[in-house]
Amino acid sequence: MARALINVPRKARRGEIVEIKTLVSHPMETGYRRDNIGNPIPRDIISRFVCMYNGTEVFRADLFPAVAANPFLSFFTVATESGTLEFQWTDDQDNTQTASASIEVE
Amino acid sequence: MRIIPHHATTTRRFFLTGVGSFVGSFGVAPAFILRPAAATPASMAAAIHEVVGQAAVRQGKVKLDIPPLVENGNAVSLTVSVDSPMTESDYVKSVHILNEKNPQSNVTIFHLGPRAGRARVSTRIRLANSQTVVAIAHLSDDSFWSDSVDVMVTLAACLEDLR
Amino acid sequence: MSEVLENLRSRTLSALLLPALSLIAPPASSTEIPAAQKQSDYESMSPQTRAMQDDDSVNPGMFWVLDGEERWGRKDGSSNLSCADCHTSESMRGVAARYPSFEVESQRPIDLQERINICRSRRQNATPFRYESKELLALSAFVAYESRGVPIQITIDERLNPFFDAGRALFETRQGQLNISCAQCHDDNWGKRMAGNIIPQAQPTGYPVYRLEWQELGSLQRRLRNCLFGMRAETYPYGAIEYIELELYMAWRANGLKIETPAVRP
Repeated sequence: MARALINVPRKARRGEIVEIKTLVSHPMETGYRRDNIGNPIPRDIISRFVCMYNGTEVFRADLFPAVAANPFLSFFTVATESGTLEFQWTDDQDNTQTASASIEVE
Repeated sequence: MRIIPHHATTTRRFFLTGVGSFVGSFGVAPAFILRPAAATPASMAAAIHEVVGQAAVRQGKVKLDIPPLVENGNAVSLTVSVDSPMTESDYVKSVHILNEKNPQSNVTIFHLGPRAGRARVSTRIRLANSQTVVAIAHLSDDSFWSDSVDVMVTLAACLEDLR
Repeated sequence: MSEVLENLRSRTLSALLLPALSLIAPPASSTEIPAAQKQSDYESMSPQTRAMQDDDSVNPGMFWVLDGEERWGRKDGSSNLSCADCHTSESMRGVAARYPSFEVESQRPIDLQERINICRSRRQNATPFRYESKELLALSAFVAYESRGVPIQITIDERLNPFFDAGRALFETRQGQLNISCAQCHDDNWGKRMAGNIIPQAQPTGYPVYRLEWQELGSLQRRLRNCLFGMRAETYPYGAIEYIELELYMAWRANGLKIETPAVRP
């Protein structure tokens, strides 16, 4: 189904510290739960999140099963120049999802 | 999950993966022995040791914001902030969030740096039980600072019948 | 209780005995919440959970709304029609606020999910969606989202009366091994604490809802099943008329409160 929701200001002044909010759709199955007939449900989590700003990593997070479903991450970055913010989520099996947003810095 | 590169316009929405879901509580017993809330369980202490090695962990600079009584242990709002100028010479390298009574000690690790501008991150975590949550910040001068919060987690009144 | 008093008077018992006897008699059925005190369950939540609902970019329920928006335009069934082929999404504004509503062909009230499925089978000639399927939840979420901010407006006419009465009776009747009624918690004790939560009035303003307990979006029927299970009562199967009757009563009870789909609830 799902997708990611990114909240990034479209514009910022040079040097301004901006807040970036991200939400990605994922059940973050811990691997500790059992279904209704007692079978363990296998672990399936996003384990890594990276934010690149014009190719440079500005934020990274390692996620464990204790992160809630539909992981929400909000962090800050300095608006250095106009360009593209790229977001990448990687799961246990090394599958990745990406999203991007542009930012105009004056 | 599939690899789907996707570029979008400024603020919203992008793409995919299957959402499977099952209802139920965390069913499997944790791998370590639970200790009373007053004592730090061995596994969290071991996890902290892995982060800091032999270095001392000081109280201060870090503020861990979690409500003391949570409505639902499945999604507990957490904000951690570190008092740091975040300059090239004085910044926060990483913040580790650890817990006491979940099956695993690690919750998440945030990697920052001078580009962050402000050392403040928010997320939502799962807490299986009432317990202590600890945040440890690793600064650019290799010092470690921490804060902890005791959180009460209760069960909902109206659960789900799995059948 | 007034019936008991009438009988007592007819047997000419002295007035002095009446107060003692009225204490023995069972209490009157729970009082409904006065209109001035009616409020959304949002008011009973912690600031953190409210913050999750307030910002669309941090509300996981929005994933289903966005999915529903996409499905709205998707052609389906042997008629190869999409919802958009017959309806503009703007025309959906106010629709969710008037459900459950009376359906002429089946001669009973239906909820929004059933309406969507009726459109699928009769107009699109497609298979109806299963209850709690991601497709049905997504479309219900999207249609209800189009009514966000619109006050609920249910009018009970003579066709709906029997179902309304049945729904109200269900709400007020003690059930299950715990032998409690919905009204005892939600009419009589809303605002008070039960474990870590404040008991809400149980106003269904934000359905389908992202329930933290489920870690996903779910329908009002799913939530009612949780309530019944919480009372240790037998849950009716999905689609049972009892749920529609309850939903009809609860929606009428929520008249005037605004739709908030997709709400976040503990």
